[in-house]
Amino acid sequence: MDTDLSSQDRKDLDKFIKFFALKTVQVIVQARLGEKICTRSSSSPTGSDWFNLAIKDIPEVTHEAKKALAGQLPAVGRSMCVEISLKTSEGDSMELEIWCLEMNEKCDKEIKVSYTVYNRLSLLLKSLLAITRVTPAYRLSRKQGHEYVILYRIYFGEVQLSGLGEGFQTVRVGTVGTPVGTITLSCAYRINLAFMSTRAGEDNGAVYPSVEDSQEVCTTSFSTSPPSQLSSSRLSYQPAALGVGSADMGYPVLFAGGLNAAHPHQLIGPGKEGGVPPVPSQPAHGTQADQERMCTPLDGVHYSAATPSSSEDTETVSNSSEGKCGSPHDLLETIFIRKVGAFVNKPINQVTMANLDIPFAMFAPKNVELEDNDPMVNPPESPETESPLQGSLHSEGSSGSSTGNTHDDFVMIDFKPAFSKDDILPMDLGTFYREFQNPPQLSSLSIDIGAQSMAEDLDSLPEKLAVHEKNVKEFDAFVETLQ
Amino acid sequence: SCPLSSRCCAPSSTAPAMNCRAEVLEVSVEGRQVEEAMLAVLHTILLHRSTGKFHYKKEGTYSIGTVGTQDVDCDFIDFAYVRVSSEELDRALRKAVGEFKDALRGSGSDGMGQISLEFYQKKKSRWPFSDECIPWELWTIKVNVVNLANEQERQICREKVGEKLCEKIINIVEVMNRHEYLPKMPTQSEVDNVFDTSLKDVQPYLYKISYQITDSLGTSVTTTMRRLIKDTLAL
Repeated sequence: MDTDLSSQDRKDLDKFIKFFALKTVQVIVQARLGEKICTRSSSSPTGSDWFNLAIKDIPEVTHEAKKALAGQLPAVGRSMCVEISLKTSEGDSMELEIWCLEMNEKCDKEIKVSYTVYNRLSLLLKSLLAITRVTPAYRLSRKQGHEYVILYRIYFGEVQLSGLGEGFQTVRVGTVGTPVGTITLSCAYRINLAFMSTRAGEDNGAVYPSVEDSQEVCTTSFSTSPPSQLSSSRLSYQPAALGVGSADMGYPVLFAGGLNAAHPHQLIGPGKEGGVPPVPSQPAHGTQADQERMCTPLDGVHYSAATPSSSEDTETVSNSSEGKCGSPHDLLETIFIRKVGAFVNKPINQVTMANLDIPFAMFAPKNVELEDNDPMVNPPESPETESPLQGSLHSEGSSGSSTGNTHDDFVMIDFKPAFSKDDILPMDLGTFYREFQNPPQLSSLSIDIGAQSMAEDLDSLPEKLAVHEKNVKEFDAFVETLQ
Repeated sequence: SCPLSSRCCAPSSTAPAMNCRAEVLEVSVEGRQVEEAMLAVLHTILLHRSTGKFHYKKEGTYSIGTVGTQDVDCDFIDFAYVRVSSEELDRALRKAVGEFKDALRGSGSDGMGQISLEFYQKKKSRWPFSDECIPWELWTIKVNVVNLANEQERQICREKVGEKLCEKIINIVEVMNRHEYLPKMPTQSEVDNVFDTSLKDVQPYLYKISYQITDSLGTSVTTTMRRLIKDTLAL
């Protein structure tokens, strides 16, 4: 079969197929990371961009792909498969897609390897880029984070579609004929997204197909986002924004780890039966927020309330700001102060990572103020005698602690004051009520300054008395004029 | 008034050339979704019909630059697509789509129109005849603008149009995968007859975009460059 193909052509073809397989895996996995991908065009060829496309190589992914291939190439009966699955924070998992790179026996002897095959493989990769964004798993992967993560698994051998549930659909990305066979790239994806509740004692392993422990099959399962990437994508939101939108306000805003979720109104209800499909939030808010592109940092964060469920103690923020390509982390740099009263500034970034139920919290960006340094959280020692003014500023029952941050220790609950509109503008009725109850301390009344000025006052008393003694006659004369 | 063409040239023959394949896509969208829907489709087509910049070497061979890509999220549609990383190309498409959108909104339009993306080759003719433009692929996107009454309908429309666009992308990829006629790779002297070499970072095949608006009487008001040039040149 190969006699017509020159050895050079054969070598080239094998190389093309190998790198095509590696690039295919990169495109698929990168499309499920939950972040927008952006690479630059370059008019001068760099010599390292296979198929004239700028596709980054994530080393871990290349490593896994090479491990799965184990030096072999896709051939008849030996397909390279990338399985994409979803795993919830409770441990339930579900296969979403299987991407298959297969080879069949139909050969095209006439085709030119170094030219036509190469260009068609390039075209096929472009098609793959396009198709990876239109299957249902793409939108799920953009919203992954706290509730669930998207995992990938590469294996080589026979395609196993049984884990996709009933009625799965197939989309063909494309084919390229070569002198040794026709390369086919396709995707089988689940359409029945009703979550299999495996908590009630059902077979937990039922979701995954049984994988033979053969040499050809790589059974590694790991997170799409390596821990470092995971933390940056999950935590690259504006800590400042949380102060405005959530913690001390107690709104159950959902936190989408994929920062650039452009559709914050579609949220995943936590742990609901059949809860994987998105839950629409109040439309009045959602569409409005969606329309705004990211502008200034102050405007650039949008949040929406989920339909609260009874066990809602998770706290999340979804951010619809798109940002420019390559810079979803810009928002981290912005910390701003919000004026809550004439003489009071409330630093927004007082909500710390430790308060929020976020995995990998230790990887949080460092510019978030630590609890220890925040005077609002750890106030200085209060003096034994409280001034009456000070006492009145604190709500009843919070003696000694002069902060308004008692909420930080509590579970967030939905607070809906009567007659309030249920949209998340910074200063709605609920917010106002809560802040009014626990206002931050006036700066002039902070202990240090108070203590200092009192000391000064005491010291300066004798002098002041002496001065007043001298002017006694003036004072008497003044009093007489009043009578 | 007329939308963009990659290169100005004399009108192509009025009937589509023999080897020109024609594809038609139809979408129904809300007014504010027109731009994003059109851009998604046009960018997806051009992603497949653009290469890196060619650099010809002395021996007649050439090397090809690298095409970058980026994700675009739509604001008014539950949809995301991939486009070529080229600001020039994006600007060109946005300009054409913007004009189409404005024309759709204009009076006399009942919200129906179509935008066409035509790939062509130039064939040099001798003086005094001007170069001929021979189309080899024509994409027509028919648009029907709907008006929605309330927010709930809009929300449904966001999702529905998103799903429809997914189908369109799959259709486009299907056509691209047929590997039907593509112009031969040109020599250095011929490259401008096949590709648009005016962009600095990518090289799409020569293309032109035109549109038609169906006015309320059902007749089409043509604004193709073809017609305009024909009239003005009065050849």
